Order: sequence, then C-alpha cells, then structure tokens
Amino acid sequence: MAAQENALNDPIIMCEDLHKWFDDFHVLKGITTSFQKGERAVICGPSGSGKSTFIRTLNRLEEHQRGTIIVDGVELTDDLRNINLIRQEVGMVFQQFNLFPHLTNLQNITLGPIRVRKLTKSEAEEVALSLLERVDIADQAYKYPAEISGGQQQRVAIARALAMEPKIMLFDEPTSALDPEMITEVLDVMRELAHSGMTMLVVTHEMGFAREVADRILFFDEGMIVEEAPPADFFDNPQHERTKLFISQTLQH
Amino acid sequence: MEEQELTQEIKPPANTKGLGRWLKDNLFNTWYNTLLTCLALVFLFFALKGFLTWAFTEAEWDVIPANFRLFMVGSYPQEQIWRVWNAIYILSVLMGLSAGLWGGLVLRFAVALSGVWFISALLPVELSTRGWCLGAIAMIAVSFFLGRGRTSLRPWILGGWILSFPVIMVVLRGFGENGVLTSNWGGLLLTLILAVVGIVVSFPLGVFLALCRQSNLPAIRWVSTTYIETVRGVPLITILFMGNVLIPIFMPGLDINQVLRMMIGITFFSGAYMAENVRGGLQGIPRGQHEAAQAVGLNYVQTTLFIVLPQALRSVIPAIVGQFIALFKDTSLVSIIGLIDLLGVAKSVIANPDWLGLQAEVYLFAAVIYFVFCYAMSYASQDIETDLGVGKH
Ligand SMILES: Nc1ncnc2c1ncn2[C@@H]1O[C@H](COP(=O)(O)OP(=O)(O)OP(=O)(O)O)[C@@H](O)[C@H]1O
Ligand SMILES: [Mg+2]
Repeated sequence: MAAQENALNDPIIMCEDLHKWFDDFHVLKGITTSFQKGERAVICGPSGSGKSTFIRTLNRLEEHQRGTIIVDGVELTDDLRNINLIRQEVGMVFQQFNLFPHLTNLQNITLGPIRVRKLTKSEAEEVALSLLERVDIADQAYKYPAEISGGQQQRVAIARALAMEPKIMLFDEPTSALDPEMITEVLDVMRELAHSGMTMLVVTHEMGFAREVADRILFFDEGMIVEEAPPADFFDNPQHERTKLFISQTLQH
Repeated sequence: MEEQELTQEIKPPANTKGLGRWLKDNLFNTWYNTLLTCLALVFLFFALKGFLTWAFTEAEWDVIPANFRLFMVGSYPQEQIWRVWNAIYILSVLMGLSAGLWGGLVLRFAVALSGVWFISALLPVELSTRGWCLGAIAMIAVSFFLGRGRTSLRPWILGGWILSFPVIMVVLRGFGENGVLTSNWGGLLLTLILAVVGIVVSFPLGVFLALCRQSNLPAIRWVSTTYIETVRGVPLITILFMGNVLIPIFMPGLDINQVLRMMIGITFFSGAYMAENVRGGLQGIPRGQHEAAQAVGLNYVQTTLFIVLPQALRSVIPAIVGQFIALFKDTSLVSIIGLIDLLGVAKSVIANPDWLGLQAEVYLFAAVIYFVFCYAMSYASQDIETDLGVGKH
C-alpha cells in the first residue's frame, strides 16, 4: 500500500476515451482511467466484456481507433518507434503461455535481451538464470517448453517478460489454462512480484488473489468500466447491479 | 518391507524381439496374412528370378563402361577433365572439414563418398582416373582431421560452401576459348549442376515469395500471388521452352546461354512450388507466437527470422525435400530442348548404332543413379528431422 500512496499522482498509464471496434462490433466504448506507478490493478468482468482487448491495446497487440493512450510519457500512435519503446517497457503474460516451442526455456528468456536490449549472450544467460531461480525452476533451464508442466511453462513465460526489465507487467488470465494444483505456484510468483513494487495489470477470475493483492479492482461489462474500487469496497459494498450479480455468481464457485 | 519394494526402481520391459518373433508378429499373425505373405513370396521369386537371369546372362553391361565418361560428363573434353576433378576436390575439402566440424550426417556422407571413390579406383579405369579418385579420398581424410574439433571455424566453412558455388562454375567453365563452353557440359555433371542451382536458389526465392504472400501490404501480396499461381498453372516443360525462346527475345543484347536459361526456368518454376510449401508451414504458426514475439519487443524481421521461419520450415521439411527430389528428376526435361544431361546421354547412347537394342541396360543404369541421389536427399531429410526433434518440441 505504501508504494501506491507515495506515487499517488504519478500515473504511468493514462487512457482517455478509448474506443475500439472489430469491424462493426464496438468492443471498447470509451475507457478513461489511469494507473499509478507501483499500482496493482485487477480487471474482472464477464466473458466477452473486452478485458483482454483492453490490456492488449496497451502494448499495441490491438490497435485502438479513438482516444489516447500514454504509457510512461510516450503516446501510443502508429509511430513504430513509439510502439517499440512502449513494448520494451511493458511485459505481457498470456493465458496460453505462448512460449517458443523450438527454443529451450533459457533461450526463450534470453532471446529478447540479446536481440532487443543488445546484451551479450553470457550477460543475458546470467540474467535469465537468476530469473529462473526467482520463479523457482532453475533446474528446467535447458529443457524445452513441451517437456515441463503448465505451471512451470507459465513461470518461464513470466521470467521471459521480466528479462526485458519492464516497468509494467500485463497478465491476461495467467492461470485460466492451468490445472487447479498448478494455479497456486503461479499466483505465488505473481504475489512475490506484486510485493517487489512492480506495476501490474491483471485480468483474472481469481477473486482470492484480487482481494489479497489488488490496490484497485476494475469491473468491465460490455466494453465499459462499470465500477472501480479498492477490493474491500468492491466485494463488500458493490454499487452497481451488474457488479453485485457478478460477485454473487463468481463467489458461489 | 513393502514400502521398500515400492520405491525400488522398475525397469521398462525390454522391447527387443528376436527375428522369429518379428516374423510371426508382422507376417504370419493371422491365416489371411500368412496366405498373403506366401503369395507375395511366390510372386517375388518369379519376378526376381526373371530379372536376375536377365541381369547375369543376357544383359550386355559393356555398354556402361564403354560410355562411362559420356554418362558422367557428356562431351566435356578429355584434356580439360582436370577442371571437373578440381571442382570435386574443392567440394571434398569442404565436405571433409564439415564432417570434422559437425560429424553426424555430413560425416556419414563423407564416408559414403570416400567409399564410392575407393571402389571406382579398384575398377579397371585409366591410371590417371585412379589417381584422381585416391586423391579425392585423401582430400576428404586430411581436411576431416584438420577440421576436427575446431568449432570456431564453422561460420567460415558455411561461407566457404556458399562461395564454392560461383568458384566451381568458373573452374568448370574456364575463360574464353581456352575454357569449356557450357554447351559441352553434359551427363550427370549437368544434371547435378542444374539440380544444385535450382535447389539452392529456389529455396530462398520460395521463402521470400511465401512471406510476401502473407504480407499486410496488398500490392506485395498481389504480385506474389499472381506470380505463384501463374507459374503453377503452366507445365515445367512449357516454361523451359519459353525460357529457351523468350529470354533471347526480351533481352536481345544479352547473350544468355542455354544452360543458364534452363537454370532460370527451373528455379522460377520450383520457387513457386516452394513458396506454397513454406506458406503451409507459415499458416501453422499460431497467432500467439507472433504476439509473444512482439510483446518481447522483437520487430518484424526478428520475429520472422527467430520465431516464425524456424518453426515453419521445420514443420514442412518433408514437403520441401519432396520438392527438391521432384526438381532433381525434372532436370531431365532439359534434354528435350537439346541439352545432353544424364537422360540425354542415355538416349544418345541408345541411338548409337554400336549399341542398338540395349535400352534396358542403359535406362536401368540411369535409374539407379537418379535413385541414389534422391534416396540420399530423403535420408538426409529424415536425419535432419530427428535431429531437430520435429513433432517433439
Ligand atoms: N480479433 C477479433 N476479431 C473480432 N472480434 C473479436 C476479436 N477479438 C475479440 N473479439 C470480440 O470482442 C469481444 C471482447 O473480447 P475479449 O477477448 O476482449 O473479451 P474478454 O473480456 O477478454 O473475455 P474472456 O473473459 O472470455 O477472455 C468478444 O465478443 C470477442 O468475440
Ligand atoms: Mg480474455
């Protein structure tokens, strides 16, 4: 909490009236919000509400058609230089891990640092090994992704994103593709990351994690932010009908 | 007690079976399979008996040694034959070095090649040829030991292979009147040159066309698609005829010789098919791979080089090698416009009044040569697939 208070008026991401269409389908209908340096935000909402699309616009995996996004002082436009700058500052973890299957776990992690940050191979490997240590799978460095479990793959994917030394980490349902017994090991890593002061935007249905770690919860429905509040208010005193319904439905499970 | 037994390591059951067991499992496992096996054996016996009787009593194999030089190099002049050997020596050195550096597949090919030279040296050939053959073995062996373990040389050797290509062309051609006109190149030599040029150039061309066809820019996509579909809609033989006739009309000033025209035709034709094979691989790459690469900050070129192509090409190795094999055999079509490649030599030998009626012997010999090279490619492809762990990770 301290991290957030210190940095209260230091937004690292600013979105202003963000709109996005897939052909005629209006997916994001005017998102205006900002995220502070060091903030841990959880994004939740029903399926198809535009959560993934929203965080994917933040590193230009999706293009927005109206409004502005400013990440760490750089505006996201068609300018490739800006896009590349922002992608180096923003790490992303996907639901399906998306590790590179033809590379070893170690090579998955060193590729970006070598090719983009221009580290030497040995520097990059040193970084990668210490990150693998941090996510607790140093012994899997020389295996291929297909040879390790889903939970381990997701931790390699987190290490891969961290190797670029990002200022912001985006997580798109990082535990949804995992068997229940592997969810904890990934959440543990994310918890540790949250405590280290990383700015994190996490799309997830793990409400326990949200309550424990988040500074703020954003509830999406039909392409809009319906409600945003600290977890205590969000869970115990939701304002909006749709939020109440969503909470009662998810907490039943 | 019991716990200890549980934690004891249990070995997997041995899966080596004796020959008898294998026969029983695979050929005689049911009554109808037994029947089929017996029928097949009877058929094989008669077919082989006929063939072997012919091969050992009736066939006149004299035709092969008598025309051996024609089969190998066509009408390449005898007094310039050292050029061919020099080319072979350049390749032998590279092969030996590579065998030392990489081992594995290259080493096996180097050993096989040395075997071929050794057997050739034992045959009743001229003394000079025998010398050249043994020299080739020596080249391979010496460079093998020179290359062994020097991993830092690898990039240089790769560069050497690429450079060897134009160098060998120059060595074979020589300069001006003192050299050997390409119209005298023939036999297996010509077949190999056409095939190697076709393969080496059409592969990058195909990759490039496939990437263009996937491009976000409509103009590039359109040009590439039009090219691919046009070329695939025309038989190779037509393209070769057109190349022969049209290139001189379009570029009247340039004196592009017939061999080069055929190289261009074969390469353009094969490139279009290669593009479609590669595109198949590109389409198999999930979107998540592109996205993960972008999220890490790789640009388009880096994503293509390090993420997309390695995965795409790996998954289409069988199709690509199939295309190489087809190309190798298709080079025989150049005999139709008057070049004397391996098949062209075969035809001219048969037409020679001295050797009338020996079609079977001559064509069988040509077939065996084609087979050896195609099988080598197929073998290499399987080996490379295993090496890369295709389908495993
Ligand atoms: N590439 C695309 N083309 C067309 N429509 C798309 C595309 N991607 C997403 N959509 C649509 O946009 C809407 C929002 O998708 P999005 O993936 O952002 O939802 P979500 O909130 O992440 O849902 P979930 O919880 O299921 O992941 C959905 O209706 C989806 O079908
Ligand atoms: Mg989603």
